[in-house]
Amino acid sequence: MKVFNWLARSADLFRYNLALAIRNIRRNPVLSALMVAAIGIGIGACMSMVTVNYRFSADPIPQKSDVLHYIRLDSWGADQSWQGNDIPPPQLTYLDATALISADRAFRQAAMSGSSLAVEPEGQDETPFFIDVRATMADFFTLFDVPFVYGSGWSAEADDTSEQVVVLSAGTNDRIFGGQDSVGETLTLSGRVYRVVGVLDEWQPSIRFYDMASGGGPASEVEDAFVPWSLIVANDLPRRGNTNCWKPIEGDGLKALLASECIWIQFWTEFRNEAEREDYVSFLDAYVADQKELGRFPRPLDNRATPLMELQQEIGNVPTEAQVLLGLSVIFLAVCLLNTLGLLLAKFLGKANEIGIRRALGASRRTLFQQYLVEAGVIGAIGGLLGLGLTWLGLKGIAAQFNDDLSAFLAMDWNMAIAALVLAIAATLITSIYPTWRACNVQPAAHLSAN
Amino acid sequence: MLRMDDVSKTYRAELVQTHALRNFSLDIEEGDFVAVTGPSGSGKTTFLNIAGLLESFDTGLYQLDGVDVSGLKDQELSKLRNEKIGFIFQSFNLIPDLNVFDNVDVPLRYRGFSGGERRQRIEGALERVGLAGRPKHLPSQLSGGQQQRVGVARALAGEPRFLLADEPTGNLDSQMAEGVLELLEEINGQGTTIIMVTHDPDLAAHARRQVHLKDGAILNGDGA
Repeated sequence: MKVFNWLARSADLFRYNLALAIRNIRRNPVLSALMVAAIGIGIGACMSMVTVNYRFSADPIPQKSDVLHYIRLDSWGADQSWQGNDIPPPQLTYLDATALISADRAFRQAAMSGSSLAVEPEGQDETPFFIDVRATMADFFTLFDVPFVYGSGWSAEADDTSEQVVVLSAGTNDRIFGGQDSVGETLTLSGRVYRVVGVLDEWQPSIRFYDMASGGGPASEVEDAFVPWSLIVANDLPRRGNTNCWKPIEGDGLKALLASECIWIQFWTEFRNEAEREDYVSFLDAYVADQKELGRFPRPLDNRATPLMELQQEIGNVPTEAQVLLGLSVIFLAVCLLNTLGLLLAKFLGKANEIGIRRALGASRRTLFQQYLVEAGVIGAIGGLLGLGLTWLGLKGIAAQFNDDLSAFLAMDWNMAIAALVLAIAATLITSIYPTWRACNVQPAAHLSAN
Repeated sequence: MLRMDDVSKTYRAELVQTHALRNFSLDIEEGDFVAVTGPSGSGKTTFLNIAGLLESFDTGLYQLDGVDVSGLKDQELSKLRNEKIGFIFQSFNLIPDLNVFDNVDVPLRYRGFSGGERRQRIEGALERVGLAGRPKHLPSQLSGGQQQRVGVARALAGEPRFLLADEPTGNLDSQMAEGVLELLEEINGQGTTIIMVTHDPDLAAHARRQVHLKDGAILNGDGA
């Protein structure tokens, strides 16, 4: 009962303080607006850059990121390491990828490469159009928890037999089949007929993390369609994405590429525990040791099965400019808060007479401290709301500066909106501690008699 | 009720020390109406501030309603001030942004009364000072006498044991002053102890007892 009474009294006093805060803010609209603007601009600048950094460094698949591992082998030339650093090349050669596929030593595995195919509509009047395609393996969809609205991925047999099947993205299915269940339907892609086995649900990971050929960074959208990786050879699919070679290809055509030391294939695995990962790395080392005997892999042994988030940190998805701007925006926020501190000091000390009266009427320093903190908190909250708007504008501006495709990637979410408000209120409360403390320590007697 | 024994207060500047109260002793009984008089600088205001728990003192003993106030923390002093003391100021000291009702409400809020009880007390206090019809008026919309009545209502609403009045009619013309004085006498007649600080001998004459201060000490020896 005592606790209930205390809570009821505290709630009543809080409501009273809130009403006083709103009244005081409205009484001094110019001063209040200046403080709100200072906080809003500071929060807007800071949260824009925090969002950019957050988006670039966020875990794109938190439920599985610890079991997903990216495979790299240092197959580069003897005289030089990959781009002059100690990191192995980001992709595999066809020779190595096929060897790893055949060994089938991971719990799940998927080789993959980018491609591009022309959709040839059935109607003669309709114009063919190109779509982005990812050639990959059956495990891709389970590896990355890809959601389906119709059907599913293809089977491992389809990989083995280079079956002409396709999984469509939701957007592509909308475009070609009007969003209907197209499983079992066929469509012609670059002159060959493919059977639809699945249609993705809306799937837009924050970054296209699986695509190391584009740096694993932010990209517009996931591919328009997915086909078995073995079709790259069987159908001589065009390749899309980086291909790097440390020595010239001997000969022409696909066959020469397949036999070359050029890297163009990405390889993802899933391990259920650390022991599986260690076993796999041992397998890789043994495989490379065998290859060394055949005259390949001239560089020191460096084979890696890197967890997704470790890989993200390693490749440094957060641009240096964004990190520098984040530091600058934090300094800017501090300057804005210093301005707010000065304004709050002026405002609260201007209330010395009222503080004296309230002290005489029974308000303790603590009570007044709470009253003025509530006022600062309300100013902080309004500043935070303004800051939210400015953050939204800032992110739009940043996206427009670089690439319109970044708009969705840099969009604010509830986490960031709440973080902006909490930051605004907390920063204002901390800023207001000194002015509030000064105000609550005015000598009431001096102000009462002076008046 | 209010007892001060050998209370001293000295203000220290860099080079100067001012003895505002020197071994000041005073005993006030319940229901008394005491006028504390004296010229400027005699220590009247210092006495009032110490009595109202707005200032600390250097030495001596001060008991308010049986409670030794020395050593009490700010929170305890504020509670004591809120429950036991009502202030009436020369310049009214109403909060200009708040209307009459809300001004009277201020000490009741800190007391933790429920909304219903606060309303009842405010309406009763305004009725008592003759301002029941003006709860929504801002201080600036009232005459000086009416503002002082609001000040009295604010002091009375919490039903304190003491009223400390600092030159309560100092800013009023004679007619308004008379009205406020009659109100104080009426309140005292109903049992509330009043201590009034003034330099006006005519005003002091309305009190039952007078204490004259000079240089921080009681001159007429009527501290008992």
